[in-house]
Amino acid sequence: MTLRATLPILIILAVLAAIPLLATSNSVLNFIVFVLIITLAAQGWNVLGGVGGQSSFGHAAFFGTGAYVSAILQSRFGINAWAAMAIAMGVGAIVGWVIGFLSFRAGLRGSYFALVTLAFAEVLRILANAAGFTGGAAGLLLKLNVGFANMQFSSRGAFLWLALSLVALTLFLSQWIASSRFGAQLVAVRENEEAARALGVDVLAVKLRAITVSAAITAAAGCLYLQYFLYIDANIAYGLWISVEALLAPMVGGKGLVLGPIIGAFTLHGLGEAAKTFAASVPGIDLAIYGIILVVVVAFAPEGVLGVLKKTQLWRKRKAHAATKLSEEAA
Amino acid sequence: MYSLDITLEAVLNGLLTGAVYALIALGLTLVYGVLHIINFAHGALLTTAMFAVWVAYTFLGIDNYVLIPFLAVIFYALGYALQRFVIGPASHGDDGNILLVTLGISIVLENALLAIFRSDTRSLTSDFSFEVLEVGPLLISKPRLIGFAAALVVTLLLWLVLARTDTGKAIRAVAKEKLGASLVGIDVRHIYAVTFGIGCATLAVAACLLMPTFYVNPRVGGAFVLVAFTVVVLGGMGSIPGALAGGLFIGVVESLSGLYLGESLGQIGIFLIFILVLLFRPTGLFGARA
Repeated sequence: MTLRATLPILIILAVLAAIPLLATSNSVLNFIVFVLIITLAAQGWNVLGGVGGQSSFGHAAFFGTGAYVSAILQSRFGINAWAAMAIAMGVGAIVGWVIGFLSFRAGLRGSYFALVTLAFAEVLRILANAAGFTGGAAGLLLKLNVGFANMQFSSRGAFLWLALSLVALTLFLSQWIASSRFGAQLVAVRENEEAARALGVDVLAVKLRAITVSAAITAAAGCLYLQYFLYIDANIAYGLWISVEALLAPMVGGKGLVLGPIIGAFTLHGLGEAAKTFAASVPGIDLAIYGIILVVVVAFAPEGVLGVLKKTQLWRKRKAHAATKLSEEAA
Repeated sequence: MYSLDITLEAVLNGLLTGAVYALIALGLTLVYGVLHIINFAHGALLTTAMFAVWVAYTFLGIDNYVLIPFLAVIFYALGYALQRFVIGPASHGDDGNILLVTLGISIVLENALLAIFRSDTRSLTSDFSFEVLEVGPLLISKPRLIGFAAALVVTLLLWLVLARTDTGKAIRAVAKEKLGASLVGIDVRHIYAVTFGIGCATLAVAACLLMPTFYVNPRVGGAFVLVAFTVVVLGGMGSIPGALAGGLFIGVVESLSGLYLGESLGQIGIFLIFILVLLFRPTGLFGARA
């Protein structure tokens, strides 16, 4: 891990960590916590969809599993929130592995993989909505009981730091993956599956490892959501909205890049908030803008915000280089 | 167990609904077969068409059956423009990009409808919605029977267009071999847009047939889109007879699982079939083995 690559991460983390010290407005803190939860879910998506090129449309399956497992363990079995979160991530990872095993074994890729993950998430949503131990359509409510063991904090700033540290851990994990042998194999699978296989990469094993890690991270985001809002139901936990959020943020920020999800999540939700203040009374306007941004990004900036930044940087460097050359020639 | 009458009625109702499912899936399967893209905006376009029917009926007093040809032409133009000017240029021909672009379009459409009509659920208020035909012990809803017949006629028409006309020939040529088609002088981009337009036109017809017995709100398309995907996958991507058979089958499955499992679990049968077919026979029951 070079300093050059780590520095931008540290700067972003430092800025976000300083916010609770500077801002006391609840709406600002709420906004940042919510975007950090989305970022975490999106970071999970990015491991599989961004680095590995397996676009999932059903990360709600992992987000929801994380939230439900944690909620049930806490409310019905009185288990400590931190232990519940660890177990929930484990169960999320298992769900990821099973979905991955079934669909990758069947050779599903591209649109087919996207559709089958979407269907898995829908099946889980319907089951959670109908079963008794998930609270059915009424959902599950966690008791408000502030305390460290319950992962509930009296100040929003403390929760922000918790969410931020999970996002930070995932950032460093993604950075490590990017420079690891596993990451290189994953990129090889994304770029050309047949070629990767010919070079001796165990494609199925690599994809399975990616979906398992990816699912565990997104399950952690589900747990955070539960701890912050203390309520989930099937349409929140397993809803299409979180699948879309998880894939949209890396797409907009820069698919497969370490900082892609966090940049994308803040860009999208920043624009969404701006749209809401412009047209507060019109429902759905922020989401309509997300849709337009998605189409524009795919059309004009397939590398996302970070790709555009990199391109302008390169272009400036080239211009500066040409200018010095010209002045040298003139002299 | 339920009595034979109730089961029989469920099967019949399933067939009636299934024909409309088939009609919705027809556009999806045609677009897939020719453009090789999965149109995620299909559900949102259906919702848009259903709102168009509702507005025409409620504010302009146009009967939903009279509206069919007009709305089909309007949606053909809309679909043509969408493919020609948005989806085609934006996706650079990449499979994953197209899925994302159509997802973006569906988000825009759904939320634009939400902004205009709010999230209220609306339906047509006409006496005809509740008229039934008595056949022995069975009660058959008249508007659904009309929907069934019309869906079959549209399927047949579409099949004839593809089999007998020059445009149909061009569409089939592009579906089989894009490069070869363009070498013999077929404008591939035009054919793509025509196909997408036809897909949207079938949605407009489906909306007109659905509205008397269904409701519309900005999110209603989502309920149909996965059903339509299931029908398409089951029938084999790109196969018109497959879409018809798949639609009828899914209609019956939904109706029976709704009867035996209850309203909230009823749809699960559809998704399970969807997953199983994708995992074990992704070419569908009628598609050729890849």
